[in-house]
Amino acid sequence: MSIGSRRPTGLRGRLVITFVLVAVTASALVAGIGYQLVRRALLDRAETTALADVRDVLRRTSLPIGTTDLLWPQSVVTESDLNDLAGALGGPDRQVVLRYGDQVRLSSGARFGLDDVPATLRRPAGSRMAYQRRSINGEPWGLIATDVYRQTPTGIVRRTGMSVFVFVSLKEEDGVLSRLRTALAQASGITLAIALTVALVSARSVLLPVRRLGEAARALGAGRLDTRLPVHGRDELAGLTATFNDTASALERTVSELRALEAMSRRFVADVSHELRTPLTAMTAVTDMLTEEAERLPPDAGQAVEIVVREIDRLRVLVEHLIEASRLDSGTAVLVRENVDVGTALADALEIRGWTGRIRLDVPADLSFWLDPRRFDVIVANLMGNALHHGAPPVTVTARVLRSGLEVRVRDRGKGIPREAMPHVFERFYKAGAGRARSEGSGLGLAIAKANAELHGGTIRVEARDPGTEFVVWIPRP
Amino acid sequence: MAGILLVEDDPSVRTSLELALSRQGHTVTAYATGEEALDHVRARRPEIVILDVMLPGIDGVEVCRRIRRLDPLPVILLTARGDDLDIVVGLEAGADDYVVKPVEPRVLDARIRAVLRRLESASADRISFGDLVVDRGALKVTLGDREIHLTPTELRLLLELVRHPGQVLNRRYLLRAVWDHNHVADSRLVDACVQRIRAKIEPVPAEPAYIHTVRGFGYRFSPP
Repeated sequence: MSIGSRRPTGLRGRLVITFVLVAVTASALVAGIGYQLVRRALLDRAETTALADVRDVLRRTSLPIGTTDLLWPQSVVTESDLNDLAGALGGPDRQVVLRYGDQVRLSSGARFGLDDVPATLRRPAGSRMAYQRRSINGEPWGLIATDVYRQTPTGIVRRTGMSVFVFVSLKEEDGVLSRLRTALAQASGITLAIALTVALVSARSVLLPVRRLGEAARALGAGRLDTRLPVHGRDELAGLTATFNDTASALERTVSELRALEAMSRRFVADVSHELRTPLTAMTAVTDMLTEEAERLPPDAGQAVEIVVREIDRLRVLVEHLIEASRLDSGTAVLVRENVDVGTALADALEIRGWTGRIRLDVPADLSFWLDPRRFDVIVANLMGNALHHGAPPVTVTARVLRSGLEVRVRDRGKGIPREAMPHVFERFYKAGAGRARSEGSGLGLAIAKANAELHGGTIRVEARDPGTEFVVWIPRP
Repeated sequence: MAGILLVEDDPSVRTSLELALSRQGHTVTAYATGEEALDHVRARRPEIVILDVMLPGIDGVEVCRRIRRLDPLPVILLTARGDDLDIVVGLEAGADDYVVKPVEPRVLDARIRAVLRRLESASADRISFGDLVVDRGALKVTLGDREIHLTPTELRLLLELVRHPGQVLNRRYLLRAVWDHNHVADSRLVDACVQRIRAKIEPVPAEPAYIHTVRGFGYRFSPP
């Protein structure tokens, strides 16, 4: 049971996990690559734009900077000149730091100073403009560092001694990227959800036939042999289902054949018993006559007649028991319960069979119980007859009503039943020990008694006593 | 002792039962078919019929039903099967008692005697319960101005019930009193017989006014 219910869950789990893993990996890969491409493009554009701006401004500038052999000899760079340059380089998202000789100028509202420029960029880096992305106080910035060169009228390019550091805010790009990340994360979440749903649905579509097969197999095991499953499609599961159907058909055929055989053999026993009845009736009718005549016959012939009469009687009991047993087997036996005085019923059972006085009854007066009197008689008569024939006196029968039902105990004080025979006493034709092979019983008495008790919903059990044996009948309240 | 009509198709069974019953002092006429038996009943009324259920041609139950239409004479069924259905159907058809093959002659004899037991007509009185009048002297039952024909068994059962008005009589008591049974009590005999009496005396047999069933215990005669 636990295996049956655990296996589909495990398979479903594995299917779902695999599916989701594949989907998530694929979407993460796509999103990651896309993000990186977009990011690089954005940042590159920002860098290119900023560099171009700075270069333009510096090219157009006409400040008298530089050494004496430049455009503006001996001229002095005024404060306002430097401020103007810083203002031209700056902007809403830019901050500028100018270094000219010992002077340092910041654009208006600038929060950064020369200290924020890393040492590697502060050193003169030749004529190339350096660009570096940095995070300052948690905000992304692009830092452009360049030395300003001038071409002399003679065509020589010279350093002017001025360095420009422009901090370009990448906040806007960062915002775009962050929105892109959010969008990608949401898309991934949606992808995950879709993948999970699709995985569950497809797992279900795969596992539903498996579960149906499991249920059908269980039903088959429980005896519903006509269980079949519809075959859909042409996949492996359909093949398996078809195989299941074929197996079930074969099983049903075999079982029904076996049942037919069993029914036939039962009917055969019943028929044989019935057929035996007619000759037995003819013989039984004249046995009394034969017994009476036997006294007048020569001793040998008389003895022969006695044997015939005795064996006819045994045969009669055997046939009666066979018929009773086959009727119990066929399930046609009905239970007709009524209110029965147990003491009277037991006394009647003894009286009918001429056993009164040989068995002591210990039954409370007015003990009545709801049972089938004929079947109760069969039960107690078999047990009492057994005790008288195989046990030894004194044989006692006690009855009492418990909360659960009626209990009747039949006890003899004989040698008892061999231990190894105890579990088999209620089996048909089981004879305890070779010494009992020729007993008077049919070999069916106890089996019939048990079947009759079971028809009441009750039981019979046997217990070893010292000395003797005790049979305990229990019949529940209806 | 009694004029017995035996109907049994198997020659050996027929002969041996004839032998055994004759030896017990009965006068036996035996037939192999129901048709012959019915002719005999019409021509010379026997005292009792012993009828095999399984007969070629019309079966025993049908023979019993036809005998009942002619005469309320006692019928004992001889059933080859211990088949419960056979017994119930036979009793409903009007059989007074049944024995199961193979039957010991002693048992059969005891049943015959029980069924034929003379009714004691000591108390010569008539009791009336509404329309129903039971004449215990003349052993007659009338309903209104119509005489009711009861078999001896039915009459004995009715008299037994009438003798204890308002009292619940259990089936075992009735079996002993009416069928004189000293074999295992088969309460279906009582049930079937009560059904037959009801069919004859009750205005609406399904809602009995005279004989009431006390479920699981027995029957009570309490006139309306």
